Amino acid sequence: MLEIKNLHVSLEEEDKQILKGVDLSVEAGKVHAIMGPNGSGKSTLSYVLSGRDGYEVTNGAATLESGDILEMEPEERAAAGLFLAFQYPVEIPGVGNMTFLRTALNAQRTARGEDEVSAADFLKLIREKAKALKIDADMLKRPVNVGFSGGEKKRNEILQMAVLEPKMCILDETDSGLDVDAMKLVSEGVNALRDAGRGFLVITHYQRLLDHIKPDVVHIMADGRIVKSGGPELALEVENNGYADILAEVA
Amino acid sequence: MALPQAKTDATEARLAALSVPDGAGWARTARQSALARVRAMGLPVRRDEYWKFTNPVDLVAPAAPEAALFDPGEAPIFGEIDRLRIVFVDGVFDPEASDDLAMEHVEIDRLAEASLIDIHWVRDLYGTLEERGQDPVHRPLAALNTAMATDGVLIRVTGQAPRPIAFTYLHKNTRSDAMLHHVVRVEPGAEVTILENGPAAARFNKCMEIDIADGGTLHHVRAQGRDHERRAMTHMFTRLGTEATYKSFTLTANGVMTRNEQVVEIVGDNAVAHVAGAAVGDGDFHHDDTVFVTHDAVDCESRQVFKKVLRNGATGVFQGKILVKPDAQKTDGYQISQSLLLDEDSQFLAKPELEIYADDVACSHGSTSGAIDETALFYLRSRGVPEPDAQALLVLAFLAEAIEEIEDETIAEDIRSRLEGWLARRR
Repeated sequence: MLEIKNLHVSLEEEDKQILKGVDLSVEAGKVHAIMGPNGSGKSTLSYVLSGRDGYEVTNGAATLESGDILEMEPEERAAAGLFLAFQYPVEIPGVGNMTFLRTALNAQRTARGEDEVSAADFLKLIREKAKALKIDADMLKRPVNVGFSGGEKKRNEILQMAVLEPKMCILDETDSGLDVDAMKLVSEGVNALRDAGRGFLVITHYQRLLDHIKPDVVHIMADGRIVKSGGPELALEVENNGYADILAEVA
Repeated sequence: MALPQAKTDATEARLAALSVPDGAGWARTARQSALARVRAMGLPVRRDEYWKFTNPVDLVAPAAPEAALFDPGEAPIFGEIDRLRIVFVDGVFDPEASDDLAMEHVEIDRLAEASLIDIHWVRDLYGTLEERGQDPVHRPLAALNTAMATDGVLIRVTGQAPRPIAFTYLHKNTRSDAMLHHVVRVEPGAEVTILENGPAAARFNKCMEIDIADGGTLHHVRAQGRDHERRAMTHMFTRLGTEATYKSFTLTANGVMTRNEQVVEIVGDNAVAHVAGAAVGDGDFHHDDTVFVTHDAVDCESRQVFKKVLRNGATGVFQGKILVKPDAQKTDGYQISQSLLLDEDSQFLAKPELEIYADDVACSHGSTSGAIDETALFYLRSRGVPEPDAQALLVLAFLAEAIEEIEDETIAEDIRSRLEGWLARRR
């Protein structure tokens, strides 16, 4: 599904290398988790994959179902099936949440040569998806993320994911700012989307999210590289011993 | 105090190109009195403080600068609304294209005809609100209009008007110089909606005096014509009685030069006045909203909401004032003026003012100028919305607060679709 090979990335503004040769392969139907200390490059990886400005790829490649995503505009990546759940979802005053979602869904469908979803069908779709995430009609009507609590914003991200049905979902510290109940709700939303045809990359600091979203593979990232990969037990090792032991071991 | 010679010369040159229309006693008196005001004040020049951001030279010149005709290639706005149509072509009334000037609860006359008869309700009003609006800031082009306007429509509303009254101003002559003066009197408890659209002329000087009696309501929605080279100077003088309501919204797209002045005087308690505008300009576009709201009664509310989207060197101006007189306690005044600059060549000049003499009031104001929010743009794109669509969505979101001032949802939707069209043509 998602293939990352020897990815090197620098900041455009300053001559600072953040990713120093990331290799990663996420298969369809699998959940991969990336853990790592602050500053290891986890979020940069998610931004580069989604096409945010400010980063320069100096070497390496990233493909989604063999399409070169690094050559695509952000909207093309989305239409190709890539979705990033933001660590800090953006507030957009004046744009209704429903309008936003419908515009996004139909833009993606148009880009893929599919028919647009009618207003009536969309309403049915969104009501069904919103219900599962306990998102009420008021949240759907309000401007995108404006006045939403931290938990509501993250639930809104998962709602977008559920509506857009991407092939490859990247979750950037989706657990940050969530209380236990909200984390459970968000995780249930993600788990409901687990599917043989869909890949997940879950970026997190903490093991606790992985209690809810059970990963198939866990990677440890440090200083711009994946330094160790393993099964779910690797996350528990981090939880119990911190990163120091692992980093010392691979150094 | 004597005027500077240059100002006197410019004023006399302009007056020499015009002649005071014939009229009966009341009209003659009003026009001569206005003419005297023009001579005393002199027409505006760039050095006048009130014209610091907008060069009045083309508005004052003896002849109208030429303006090419423009076919917007879209169905006229408000076309789907059941309305009483009043059509002017280059400032000349077109009876063929207009409906019968008759409607239940409304009296409609033409100024050109009413000014010839001795007894008419408008004689106590024509030029009166314009004259009141000359203090404390001079508006000489409005006085010029009172003195010289050849036609206009006089509307007296005595009950609930069954349909909106819609003015359409067509522009068919590249050198037309039109001057119209309308007066609207809303009697106690009466209600009417006035719509206006069209470029009107190569140069248009329009004055509308609106007197809303106790408990009366007037809604005004205007879409100024899209002819790129047209120039327009408009004044609206509105007086509100007790519990009266005035809500005005203006959409301006294109036009090389527009100055819209709104002069609102609240003299009755518990009155509500909202003036709003959305202006979108691309290239050779100068748009000036000048607003002066005077609170002279207790427990009144006023709102000024003006938004501008500017690109390719377009200029936006906002001069807005709230004056709260000593006895106008419990005033609730709000003023916001914002611009969205789509590139670095465009500019927004704002002069928000509050002058408050009462001690128990709530007045707030704000003015901002900024670019498209890149973070929001990326967020939308990351969800699959192509960049031009994402930008259009954010521009409309920026304008939303002003459009929300329109109460009638059908009319608001018409305005929204015009803006969407304008943005779509610029992708």
